[in-house]
Amino acid sequence: MRTMTPPRAPRAPRTRPLRDPAPSKWGYRWQRWMLTPGVRTGVYVGGPVLGVVLIAALWLAHDGNRAMVTGQIERLTQAVQDRPEFRVTHLAVTGADEDLAGVVTDLIPVKFPVSSFTLDLAAMRAKVAELPAVEDVYVRVGDGGALEVGITPRQPVALWRTSDGLQLIDGAGVFSGAVATRAERRDLPLIAGEGAEDHLEEALALFRTAAPIAERVRGLVRIGERRWDMVLDRDQRILLPTYQPAVALNRVIGLEQSAELLARDVMLVDMRNPQRPTVRVQQGAVAASRNAMATGAND
Amino acid sequence: MRDLYETQRAMRNVRRAAMQRGVIAILDVGTSKIACLVLRFDGPGRMPQIDGPAALAGHSQFRVIGAATTRSRGVRFGEIDAMQETERAIRTAMQAAQKMAEVRVDHVIACFSGARPRSYGLDGGVDVETGVVTEGDIGRVLASCEVPDFGHDRDVLHAQPVNFALDHRSGMADPRGQVGSRLATDLHLMTVDATAIRNLFFCIKRCDLELAGLASSAYVAGISSLVEDEQELGAACVDLGGGSTGISVFMKKHMIYSDAVRMGGDHVTGDISMGLQVPTQVAERIKTFYGGVVATGMDDREMIEIGGDTGDWERDRRTISRAELIGIMRPRIEEILEEVRARLDAAGFEHLPSQQIVLTGGGSQIPGLDGLAAKILGQQVRLGRPLRVQGLPQAATGPAFSGAVGCALFAAHPQDEWWDFDIPAETYPARSLKRAVKWFKDNW
Repeated sequence: MRTMTPPRAPRAPRTRPLRDPAPSKWGYRWQRWMLTPGVRTGVYVGGPVLGVVLIAALWLAHDGNRAMVTGQIERLTQAVQDRPEFRVTHLAVTGADEDLAGVVTDLIPVKFPVSSFTLDLAAMRAKVAELPAVEDVYVRVGDGGALEVGITPRQPVALWRTSDGLQLIDGAGVFSGAVATRAERRDLPLIAGEGAEDHLEEALALFRTAAPIAERVRGLVRIGERRWDMVLDRDQRILLPTYQPAVALNRVIGLEQSAELLARDVMLVDMRNPQRPTVRVQQGAVAASRNAMATGAND
Repeated sequence: MRDLYETQRAMRNVRRAAMQRGVIAILDVGTSKIACLVLRFDGPGRMPQIDGPAALAGHSQFRVIGAATTRSRGVRFGEIDAMQETERAIRTAMQAAQKMAEVRVDHVIACFSGARPRSYGLDGGVDVETGVVTEGDIGRVLASCEVPDFGHDRDVLHAQPVNFALDHRSGMADPRGQVGSRLATDLHLMTVDATAIRNLFFCIKRCDLELAGLASSAYVAGISSLVEDEQELGAACVDLGGGSTGISVFMKKHMIYSDAVRMGGDHVTGDISMGLQVPTQVAERIKTFYGGVVATGMDDREMIEIGGDTGDWERDRRTISRAELIGIMRPRIEEILEEVRARLDAAGFEHLPSQQIVLTGGGSQIPGLDGLAAKILGQQVRLGRPLRVQGLPQAATGPAFSGAVGCALFAAHPQDEWWDFDIPAETYPARSLKRAVKWFKDNW
């Protein structure tokens, strides 16, 4: 059977001129303008950035929105700070005796438990370091939620009697506290006089030299910020020279051990001139001794 | 002459500015297509360093980042015929190339093939003043060349010093710094119709572009398709274009002669169109698909459906054999080649030490052309393709793009021309003095 329709025509080769693809003058200029580096960056980066900034600014223009943002931030901050990992529960003072620990505890007015973010450790440390009895201190948040205060106390080496009372003084000549009576610190030697704290080394050396007569020594007095007087009981005094006072004191102790000089009725041993030691006896002692010689009591 | 000197100098400055910006466009305004390449100059440091001679004979300092080609409109015989149409075609090519390159290009170097190029060989000589040849001496010797009267309607397109002679030594490429007393030079001057240049200027200006250089298509095709030895020993490049066939003769790496035959592939297409009674588009299609110049027995049996678009497809089912097509094409191509032969003979090409002829351009893709050309032009004929440059798309590596690629090479390494040297200083005061005297005469 023959089909009645003619066979489909093959597509004729295209002979019409192709559509002219030339851009219009303004289209061409527009494309060139958009290819200019500055414009290009402006459109692809500046435009979106500007849009985002504009939207954000409009949104933030309302007070309620701003408050919401700040509130949200604050809540988040609080939530993080209140986590148990950052909680500080107690105070641990190390390296201090009981009195000092009590003082330090009073100085740090923190109500536990507290977040470690709210603690001003530097200020606490400055406050504690101001205490006279504290030589050095560290304040840190340690393990197990402890606020650790590690104190290195000053070690008093002598008592200094001043017009205000008895002060403790450490090796560097710094006051480290006060005591009410001498009896509280019998173990420490006593010094007095103006400028005594600057020659503490010398004073301590003199105390060590005076070890054989230690139970009779009351203390050292700085005279004229220049030399020492050693004061014994029974109001006896040993006047020491400015230079090499230990040598002079040694001579006095030697005399004491050989001739029991200090056990006698002596008021004052003057060693200020080492060439010429002088002894002043008590009022009436000379007369008493003469009377004794006259009565022949010694015979 | 002076105006042109200033214009060319201005274009050199524009080119320098373009180099600093690093992007320049190449525009090949042809009769059948307009090609645009966008080049980016990276400088030598940015390219990967390799051992041995630099890649692409040292031309690797630029890469093609955009390429576009469009059907040419309004160009005939390599000259702008309809300004608006050409302007639109240039815009099309430029826009596509810029889009591909994603960069805006403001400077363009253009080449065109037509405008009746004519070559002049000039010579001049001066005494060297200081005993040592300086840049100023070269400027003076170039200015001393006696310029022929080539007519007021023609402009100089190229003016290249091709040879320097110092005293009795000749064949110097660069005499600067050498000791001598008399410096002579040979200058190759190429002129074209001034109107063609003006039209091209105007078209490019209308596209918001700045012209950074002008070149003859025949010259740049020679740069890109002749290998170095051929340029050195002497060779002719025949650029078979659409509307005109450019001829350039190279010797010692300089173009010494240039001419153009005002016939090309479009005339072959026209012959087919007329001979077979088909539209031009169909003729062009048949030419590119089935064209040839040597018929064999096989070609008698190979039938081509030409499909004349008369609207009566049932009766208009004409077919021709390929032999017939070749019979139409061959005489025209022979005519073109004969004309080329005549021009080469007129130029004295046979006196050159090497008789190499390189066929390039879109027309050189006709199968069997090299055999035909060998019969007409001489035995040393080869088909040339342009140098491979970095980044060039595969579609633009064919011989049809030898002009565009050559123009890119020309943009990268322009040869020193007359306007690259300073005008001798003594001519200035003479002119201005004369002008001052004239002013006084006119006003007092």
